[in-house]
Amino acid sequence: MPVSPNGGAKSESQNTMSATALQTATSAAQTMSGAEIVLRALKEQGVEVIFGYPGGAVLPLYDALFQQNAIRHILVRHEQAAVHAAEGYARSTGRVGCVLVTSGPGATNAVTGLLDALMDSIPLVCLTGQVPTHLIGNDAFQEADTTGITRPVTKHNYLVKDINKLAGVVHEAFYVARSGRPGPVVIDLPKDVLIGQGPYSEAPTAPHRSYRPQREPNAELVAAAVKLLKGAKRPIVYAGGGVVNAGPEASALLGEFVRETGFPCTNTLMGLGTYPASDPQFLGMLGMHGTYEANLAMHGCDVMLNIGARFDDRVTGRLNAFAPTAKKIHADIDQSSINKNVPVDIALVGDAGLTLKALLAAWRASEQPQHKGALAEWWQQIEAWRGKDCLRYRQEGSIIKPQHAIRRLYEITQETRRDTFITTEVGQHQMWAAQYFGFEKPNRWMTSGGLGTMGYGLPAAMGVQIAHPDALVIDIAGEASILMNIQEMATLAQYRLPVKVFILNNEYMGMVRQWQELLHGGRYSESYSAALPDFVKLAESFHARGLRVTRPEELDDGIREMLAHPGPVIMDCAVAKDENCFPMIPSGAAHNEMILGPDQEGGVKGVTDEGKVLV
Amino acid sequence: MPAVPTMSDNNETKLRNATIAVLVDNEPGILARVVGLFSGRGYNIESLTVAPVDEERAISRITIVTSGTEMVIEQIKAQLDRLVPVRKVCDLSIEGPHLARELMLIKVVCTGEQRAEALRLADAFRARVIDATTASFVFEMTGNGDKLEAFTALMRPLGLAEVVRTGVIGIARGTYSLKA
Repeated sequence: MPVSPNGGAKSESQNTMSATALQTATSAAQTMSGAEIVLRALKEQGVEVIFGYPGGAVLPLYDALFQQNAIRHILVRHEQAAVHAAEGYARSTGRVGCVLVTSGPGATNAVTGLLDALMDSIPLVCLTGQVPTHLIGNDAFQEADTTGITRPVTKHNYLVKDINKLAGVVHEAFYVARSGRPGPVVIDLPKDVLIGQGPYSEAPTAPHRSYRPQREPNAELVAAAVKLLKGAKRPIVYAGGGVVNAGPEASALLGEFVRETGFPCTNTLMGLGTYPASDPQFLGMLGMHGTYEANLAMHGCDVMLNIGARFDDRVTGRLNAFAPTAKKIHADIDQSSINKNVPVDIALVGDAGLTLKALLAAWRASEQPQHKGALAEWWQQIEAWRGKDCLRYRQEGSIIKPQHAIRRLYEITQETRRDTFITTEVGQHQMWAAQYFGFEKPNRWMTSGGLGTMGYGLPAAMGVQIAHPDALVIDIAGEASILMNIQEMATLAQYRLPVKVFILNNEYMGMVRQWQELLHGGRYSESYSAALPDFVKLAESFHARGLRVTRPEELDDGIREMLAHPGPVIMDCAVAKDENCFPMIPSGAAHNEMILGPDQEGGVKGVTDEGKVLV
Repeated sequence: MPAVPTMSDNNETKLRNATIAVLVDNEPGILARVVGLFSGRGYNIESLTVAPVDEERAISRITIVTSGTEMVIEQIKAQLDRLVPVRKVCDLSIEGPHLARELMLIKVVCTGEQRAEALRLADAFRARVIDATTASFVFEMTGNGDKLEAFTALMRPLGLAEVVRTGVIGIARGTYSLKA
């Protein structure tokens, strides 16, 4: 009988490390406390920073942290922020982020962050405290069924009841978090296990008994994919966050592949930076607020190469009208992402970098493409779409356009020549940042894509700044989102993190307001940001610099002042209140039914009833 | 069978049944993980059975009967396969001929002629009497679902009182063996 389609990732032929072998390896070492075992395992796994918040159940771990210097603890002001900070740290470095929270509310507060990391494939290990094993199930003080609650929001989770297994579990958690499609892993640690004495064991070198994701793509399928690409008349490369997760060399290979083939390339929201924004072969972001040229090229292509993206509903629009004439090749490390939303013709299961390497080699080894003239025609068509200049806006009058604010922020940061990392909250400002801020390199763009978590950007920026102390880290925010984790201003102050918070303040939950305008007859139900704080005074009360800009002619100086200040800054930038984010594929519509802004031809079309159901 | 299933042959709406065998590490929470996967993603479970099959290596075998389009069933298998404690996933219904059996215990409360008729039918269906009183029988019966349902239907007018079924377990025919 045939093996599983992922090429034997679970095949019986490979050697597995038995539980007994694992235990004999451990028994030689001397014993130490559970808390010490955890810290030693973290250190062995290369952890340098841990984001956390103490509490009763994790006091033994905090005591052990106090008595060592190898691992730095960053005290956040809310557990959700600890997880987002670890995400920012992980996404900007390619390493596994680490979180430490207490039992009960500590663990439940972390849940949003864990799901955020799961949906955006961010490798994390989150240690949660737990009541002692003999009290589990007794509704003890600060008890929560953490493994039960976090099961659907993590890649995997553990409850460690036996100290002899503790070191092995920590090592396995890091392996699981970073292998295959990365994700968050929770280790629930009862207090008696942290206090008890047990043996330490080093990370195993043998392959994992069951979890061995396939990294090398199938060579025959790579050849079939290249054959399809060589015969393409209207090809497109669509690259996503998987390319970021495969490391910077994967982005370099993507660049090489796209330039060698001469194909157009578009990025998902999560993939921005994997292909340089300034390159003429880059069509910009695709999807709901993607560019006209990217979406029409996706709609009209005859061969699509998806690398490390998952055909998310923000990208595809109406599924039955998605790229109707295209043969689709999908390269993904996660077998379960293939044929989930969109049926594909060739599936390449493997690491994005290794897949690009194989594709490039096969491309070079095979004959010239069949339709060189056709590719030139395709580019002409794309240039015509590009000529629409779908991101054009007019900055005139005395009110700052939000697009202009982002554009100037981008241009002025370019002038500084500093390595710049951008995080965002969620909403209109996030989409404008994706559209108007150019990313040349991977790992420079941190945003909550899958879950869409307001309050992500400030703590994520904290994590990025911890990892890159000398870099310029800017959280592009909205006045509503920023209030969701504003308490982290205190963390910035404590650790002197010079994060810049750039608020596009339109006094509305802008994206909600936009949908209410377009879909709900302009009834702005509860989307007005009433009773806003004075952000300048708020910044000052958190020991940061506060700036406010309200007029276009003040904008550049304000941005320059923000960038020049050596400490944390909140810049409150008052922008047009009723600006909508365009282009837009209305929910339930296809790529070729996208609507453009008032500065381009074509008006806003109505949304169908089926579309209204969608988010 | 191709190395990777392609979906171009448009079977997006046709439903099929699948009997999926899964070898897993017998650890706390594994059943919750599998069941949570099905409920969280809206897949059907028609039956699910689980028991340890290798005490020494702490491996359990789960048999899940589900239904869905080809795309959904491929999804189910891929989702199961990426759970960390899952060692092997096998779709018995497409990977070759297989046997599926279920065990049923059925209680019939009856007297007189109905009692004799129940016994005759039980004999015809190769059900065993495992408990009897002057007013009742408990029959034990194994077979596929159709057979069990047919027998249950026959018992209904004869005083059917209670039914308990294990759900389906399955195994491939021939020399092929599922190993972790």
